[in-house]
Amino acid sequence: MTAALETNGLGKQYGRRWALHDCTLSIPTGKVVGLVGPNGAGKTTLLHLAVGLMAPTSGTITVLGGEPGDGPTQLARVGFVAQDTPTYAGLSIAKHLRMGAWLNPTWDGDLAKRRIEQLGLDPRQKTGSLSGGQRAQVALTLAIAKRPELLLLDEPVAALDPLARREFLQSLMEVVAEHGVTVVLSSHLVADLERVCDFLVVLVTSHVQLAGEVGTLLASHHRLSGPRRDPSSLPASQQVIEESHTDKQSTLLVRSDGPILDPAWTVKPVTLDDLVLAYMGQARDTERVPHQGLSVI
Amino acid sequence: MIEFQLDAASGVATYLQLVQQVHQALQLGLLEPGDQLPTAQQVVAKLAINPNTVLKAYRDLEREGLVQPRPGLGTFVIRSLPGTDPTTLNRFLATLTDWLGSARAAGLGPDDIEAIYRTAIRNYFAEGVA
Repeated sequence: MTAALETNGLGKQYGRRWALHDCTLSIPTGKVVGLVGPNGAGKTTLLHLAVGLMAPTSGTITVLGGEPGDGPTQLARVGFVAQDTPTYAGLSIAKHLRMGAWLNPTWDGDLAKRRIEQLGLDPRQKTGSLSGGQRAQVALTLAIAKRPELLLLDEPVAALDPLARREFLQSLMEVVAEHGVTVVLSSHLVADLERVCDFLVVLVTSHVQLAGEVGTLLASHHRLSGPRRDPSSLPASQQVIEESHTDKQSTLLVRSDGPILDPAWTVKPVTLDDLVLAYMGQARDTERVPHQGLSVI
Repeated sequence: MIEFQLDAASGVATYLQLVQQVHQALQLGLLEPGDQLPTAQQVVAKLAINPNTVLKAYRDLEREGLVQPRPGLGTFVIRSLPGTDPTTLNRFLATLTDWLGSARAAGLGPDDIEAIYRTAIRNYFAEGVA
């Protein structure tokens, strides 16, 4: 099966700064992918490279088996909603839909009209007068009506209030259920994505820190707490992602495919939020002390 | 038709919450053979969750022989689950209450007791899984 998005050693340089570096990633089709990382981690750069808005400095990127932005056919297969869900403020919703019909070979006008109706919006209204949530829904409608196989959304809910956020994700999930489209959505808050995504990519300081199926990731990470001990005394199959120690107690977040059998540990499952924070912390620590061993005990 | 609710704070995986709610509805007689479960689309439109999560829950229920998908129509209940007999429930409640009394007499507090209970549950039901 062709991957929805595949990169190999992908990098993008602005001046002397690498916005994305040595990014190797494979995202299967049919997933809802959460692309998570702090601001400036390279999320927008990765999405722009996937759409074909810019060319990579190094490495390769393949989208649905093709080269990003390579001709009208490839463009029609990928839908993109940029950050802050931009629309033409002076144009009415109806004109946006007409423009969509002209510009896209695979435009589904009925779908667009039906969605605007369901949202209770007046097609004559200019998008400049819409609320943030309504504008986001219009932008999503435009992206969906071109019937893409892959939908890329850059921070779609960041600027929305909690209710609009929920409504937006509800519409998005309905689209996934109905059309089986692969979705990649970025956010700096994993809480926004926890219920919707089944594949997670954590991007920190221009590197891929973690990528995989959410179910597998959650099952292979554990929170251990118990009497203080040196993490290097753990079995080799248990990789320490995060650790904290008091004089008596150690708390670790470890990656391990097998069960934790040591009775000294109290083992608890981790949440997606724990995972993301631990990997972000790990990235920060390696950056601060590049080659030093872990100074513990 | 039943409606699903999610408890984000429970720590129970979303698909499992859906499975448990169908079990409960079957035991309480809210769902009977022939009844339809909400479609994946209806569930995600309400809960804003990934449709694959709903399908995973329904596949689990199908594997248990409780529901059956009918292509183009939806997913239907094919078997009922008997509710647990109230006298059985009462018998175990009484045993547990006696046990709590002896734990209290041995100096254990509510926190200790809960920790023991949780450990026992985990150890007992994790057997064969890990």
